[in-house]
Amino acid sequence: MTITHPGPADDAADTAAAADTAGASPDGAGATPALRFAGVRKRFRDGTVALVDTDLAVRPGEFVSVVGPSGCGKSTLLRIASGLEKATDGTVDVASAGVGYVFQDATLLPWRTVRGNVRLLAELEHLDAAERERRVDEAIGLVGLGGFEKHLPHELSGGMRMRTSLARSLVLDPSIFLFDEPFGALDEITRERLNDELLRMFVLRRFAALFITHSVAEAVFLSTRVVVMSGRPGRVKADLAVPFAYPRAPQLRYSPEFAALCGEVSHHLRSQD
Amino acid sequence: MTTTSPAAATTDPPAPALPEPAPASRPRGRVRAASGGRRGNLASLVLGPAAVLAAFIGLWYGVSDGLLNEQQRFMLPPPHEVVRVGILDGKNFSSMMSALRLTCEVTFSGLAIAIVVGVIVAVAMSQAKWIENALFPWAVVIQTVPVLALTPVLSFFFGFALTSRIIVCVIIAFFPIVSNTLFGLQSVDRGMHELFRLHRTGRWTRLWKLQLPAALPSMFTGFRNAAGLSVIGAIVGEFFFKQGEPGLGTTLSVFTSRLEGERLWATTLTASLLGIAVFVFFGWLSRRVVGRWYQPKRG
Ligand SMILES: Nc1ncnc2c1ncn2[C@@H]1O[C@H](COP(=O)(O)OP(=O)(O)OP(=O)(O)O)[C@@H](O)[C@H]1O
Ligand SMILES: [Mg+2]
Repeated sequence: MTITHPGPADDAADTAAAADTAGASPDGAGATPALRFAGVRKRFRDGTVALVDTDLAVRPGEFVSVVGPSGCGKSTLLRIASGLEKATDGTVDVASAGVGYVFQDATLLPWRTVRGNVRLLAELEHLDAAERERRVDEAIGLVGLGGFEKHLPHELSGGMRMRTSLARSLVLDPSIFLFDEPFGALDEITRERLNDELLRMFVLRRFAALFITHSVAEAVFLSTRVVVMSGRPGRVKADLAVPFAYPRAPQLRYSPEFAALCGEVSHHLRSQD
Repeated sequence: MTTTSPAAATTDPPAPALPEPAPASRPRGRVRAASGGRRGNLASLVLGPAAVLAAFIGLWYGVSDGLLNEQQRFMLPPPHEVVRVGILDGKNFSSMMSALRLTCEVTFSGLAIAIVVGVIVAVAMSQAKWIENALFPWAVVIQTVPVLALTPVLSFFFGFALTSRIIVCVIIAFFPIVSNTLFGLQSVDRGMHELFRLHRTGRWTRLWKLQLPAALPSMFTGFRNAAGLSVIGAIVGEFFFKQGEPGLGTTLSVFTSRLEGERLWATTLTASLLGIAVFVFFGWLSRRVVGRWYQPKRG
């Protein structure tokens, strides 16, 4: 699969190289952001102000998680990044046209099989049939759905539906991935397993990710940076680097450093400023 | 289902147009009909209606023999007389069959036209709010206009024969198709729409890959209701437009005026069976087409 890396320095810093760079931004600070919000404000037609003065950049190869109180504008942020919603003020730069968006719901077509659903976006983007099928095979393998290709969504568990949804986006091999609480509805064990697998894909594909979650542990485990937002109207309150190297072992969750960082994020989440 | 209401309404579909829950509101997660339940249902599926049939025949005898005297009995002859005169009599039976064939012709043409036009109109309405606002009231008007009032106009333009009958049938079957199809097209999940929007999908692709498939279960509900109504439509049409070969509706009015109760009731039963047949056919077709992924909530 041809991975279109936005940054020129990226080819060298491939999986192996990136893996042992125990840095917060594996691709170096010089790379142009894959995604950049500058002074973004969003006011809805009914007068609700969801975001004020939001500055945030995600560089290629970075995994940035956003945590914040409910209703603070996290989804709005993603919707603006994807173009579903327009910012009222400020600038939004998206380096690539290929943006993957994973919703909280799996949003699968109930009449299509797993394979048919995984193929959907490739159809909408008019990929040629042979290339499309090859990518579908690869994506299904990557999310571990081999053997379930012919199943319909209602025959799957919540976790498998989410895997299908992930695979559907992976087919287009986006260089930027937006996740809106994709695992929020899953049980703890399934969520952790999917976190492990998402990281495996991240190490393999090195997309830039903006990941929204309510779980502090999930944010810390996945990310190179965790961004804490204030209550509505939302703005960036804290921006913490996560120093753990990729690939990350599941056991990382039990380490004292991990717990300390989670504590720090929670502290920022709770503080009133 | 096996019962036959004695009055004008010769088919059983209940009030038209109220759509079943749309696919969008399907429960999430693993939902499978308990597989044992289907078999168990089969007994109740047969026994229930059979019991009602028996009660119905009993009631029929009761009214015919108990309440009506010799002179009045032509209104509701006992069932065995209806069978003997109306069905076992070869000449009567074959003339009824040729009337049935003609009624089928009207029913099927009318239903086919109603489905094609109804779906096109609903698709047009789903594409823009102003089209919906412009057309929907007229669909309601078509549903509510007394057909009787239209007979002079129809006969002036289309004569007193087959064409006018088919038009009456279309008018009567039209609305449930439009309303159910539109409901289905509009019931698509917002998230799905946004997914398609993210990939700048054109409206035809979106219609073809998203809205129409999502609308299918509700469309079939509409087709099934319309199928029952189309039989009524054909018979009403034949009642008003009597030129050319007779259909069941034509013969019904003849038997009514001649006080031929036995043949009247045999014809009524036949019309009901036709209604049930098309109704059941569309139920079956719906299960064939969408049953694999769409499980309507049952009880
Ligand atoms: N289309 C809209 N019109 C008006 N207000 C809206 C609209 N969409 C969102 N809002 C409001 O904007 C605010 C931010 O919404 P958003 O969905 O971004 O929050 P969120 O941080 O994602 O919340 P949650 O964590 O509960 O998902 C909320 O108060 C919401 O009610
Ligand atoms: Mg949200």
